[in-house]
Amino acid sequence: MRKEMMLSERVKQVKPSGIRKFFDLASETEGVISLGVGEPDFATPWHIREAAIYSISQGKTFYTANQGLFELRKEICRYLKQRFDLSYQPKENVIVTVGGSEAIDITMRAIINEGDEVIVLSPGYVAYEPSVVMAGGKPVIIELKADNQFKLTKEALAAAITAKTKAILLNFPSNPTGGVMTYEDYEPLVPIIQERGILVISDEIYAELSYDVKHCSPANFPQIKDQVLLISGFSKAFAMTGWRLGYVCGNEYLIKAMNKIHQYVIMSAPTAAQYGAIEGLRNGMDHVAEMRDSYFTRRNFIVNGFNKLGLITHMPQGAFYIFPCIKSTNLTSEAFCEALLADQKVACVPGTAFGEAGEGFIRVSYAYSIEEIKAALARIEQFLKNRGFL
Amino acid sequence: MNETALLKLLEKDARMNTCDLAAALNETEATVNNAIDGLTKEKVILGHHTLINWDKTNVDRVMALIEVSVMPEREFGYDRIAKLIYRYPEVDTMYLMSGKSEFIVTIYGKTMQEIAHFVGSKLACIEKVTGTCTLFVLKKYKGEGIIFEEEEEVKERLLVTP
Repeated sequence: MRKEMMLSERVKQVKPSGIRKFFDLASETEGVISLGVGEPDFATPWHIREAAIYSISQGKTFYTANQGLFELRKEICRYLKQRFDLSYQPKENVIVTVGGSEAIDITMRAIINEGDEVIVLSPGYVAYEPSVVMAGGKPVIIELKADNQFKLTKEALAAAITAKTKAILLNFPSNPTGGVMTYEDYEPLVPIIQERGILVISDEIYAELSYDVKHCSPANFPQIKDQVLLISGFSKAFAMTGWRLGYVCGNEYLIKAMNKIHQYVIMSAPTAAQYGAIEGLRNGMDHVAEMRDSYFTRRNFIVNGFNKLGLITHMPQGAFYIFPCIKSTNLTSEAFCEALLADQKVACVPGTAFGEAGEGFIRVSYAYSIEEIKAALARIEQFLKNRGFL
Repeated sequence: MNETALLKLLEKDARMNTCDLAAALNETEATVNNAIDGLTKEKVILGHHTLINWDKTNVDRVMALIEVSVMPEREFGYDRIAKLIYRYPEVDTMYLMSGKSEFIVTIYGKTMQEIAHFVGSKLACIEKVTGTCTLFVLKKYKGEGIIFEEEEEVKERLLVTP
C-alpha cells in the first residue's frame, strides 16, 4: 500500500504546528532560557493534589458518568454563576471533558456539516483551524489588528459572515495576544450574531487571568446565550495542565449531541482529576487569586522591559502572554526567533505560528518568575545590541 | 499605587530593587520609593530578614517555644507583662494566645542549658508569671513559607508549548 494512500485527505490538509519547529530547535540548544511556554509555572496547589490522591486511595478509580461526576458539574455551575453570573444546569448543560481541547473537538464535530464555514480569529491558538478542518469545515479567517488591541470589531465580523457560516470561534482573553473583549466590546457584535443565527464557540480558558477589566462571556448576553458554547477548564486558573480537565456548557440540545460523541470516544474524563477539580472549585479560589496577582506583576515587568528595549508591546489585559511587535528590526517573526535563539539562547514563539496575521510579532510568555524574566530580558537586550537594533 | 502588591513583592524578595519594583508595579521609581518610605514610617514595613537554615552551618543554635502563663493586671491587661518579657534580647518572637497559656515566646540560644538558664533565672521570675512550659525544637521543617529540607519539586515543563 502506498504511504499517501494510508492517510485521509482531511489529515493531509492539516499543517504541522509552527510551535513544533521551535520546540525542536530549543530542545537541541543547551542553556536555553525559554519564554515559550503556554502553561503556568506553578505546580497544582497541594490541596488539589491531595484530594486526587485521597480519591485514588479510597478506590475511586472507576469510570464516572459520561458527562462527568454530578458533584463536579454542580460545582462548575455554582462557580460560573458566582464568578461570571452565568446560569447553567449540571444535568442538562455541562460536559466534563479531557481538557478544553476535547471540548473544542467535540463541538466542531457536533455542529459542522461538510463545507460549513467557521470563522476563526488570527492570530489565534494553534489548534483552532485544524479542529475545523478535521471536522470537515472550512476556516474563514478574521485578522485582528494590534492598533485595536487585537479585539474583534462588528465590521470585521459582518464582513466575514456568509450564507455558509455556521459558527465563530472566540478566545478572550487570548492566546497568543493577551487581548480581551469587555461587555462594551461585545455589545455591537450581539445583534449580528443574533440576526445571522450563527453559533459562538467561546474558549474562555484564561477567564480567571483577567487583570484590569472584568471578564465578560458572550453567554452573558441573554439574547444569544442559547447560541453560545462556553468552553473552559482547570489548566490555567488552577495550574492543572497535565491533569487534562475541561468542560463545555451550552444549550441542552447541543450538549446532548456532543455527549454522544464524547461517550463514544472518551467515555469519561479521568476520575482522579475530577475529584481534584471539585476540591479546587470548593476551596481553591484564594490560590487562583494569588497566582493571578503574581501574573499581574510579571506582566507589568515584562511589558515595561520590552518597551524599554524599543519593541513596542501593548499592555495585555488577560492570559499570560505578551505579543511584542518586532517590525522595527525588519526581520520576519521566524527569523527574529531563530536568531534570538541562536545568538542568546532565548526561546520565544514567532507570531506566525498563530496564523499569518501574527507576522511582525512574537509571542512571549510570562509564566516565569521575575528573576527568569529579568535574565531573559538582559539576553534580549544583548541580542538587539549585537544586531545594531539598539 | 497598589501598596498590597508592593508589600507582596517585598515579602517574597526583600532584595528586589526599586527599578524592578517600579517595572512590576507599572509605577515610577519615585512613587515606589515614596511608598516604601511611607510604609516604613507607618511601621508597616518593619525590617528585612534573610531566611537561614542554621542547621546547615557550624553555628550552634537551639530554638525553644515557651508557653508562659501569667496573671493579667487591672488597667493594663497583658501588655505591661508582655513588655517585661519581650524586652529581653533572647526573646525572638512573642504572641498573646488563646488557650491554656497566655503567651508563646520563641527563644534562641547556643545550647539547651543556656535557654533553661534564661527561663529559670529571668522569665519565670517575672512578677505575675505563674508558670512556663519549655518546648525545645528538634527540627525545623518549614519557616516563612519555605520548606527547609525537601528537595525542590522538579519542574518538567516542556521548553516550548502552544
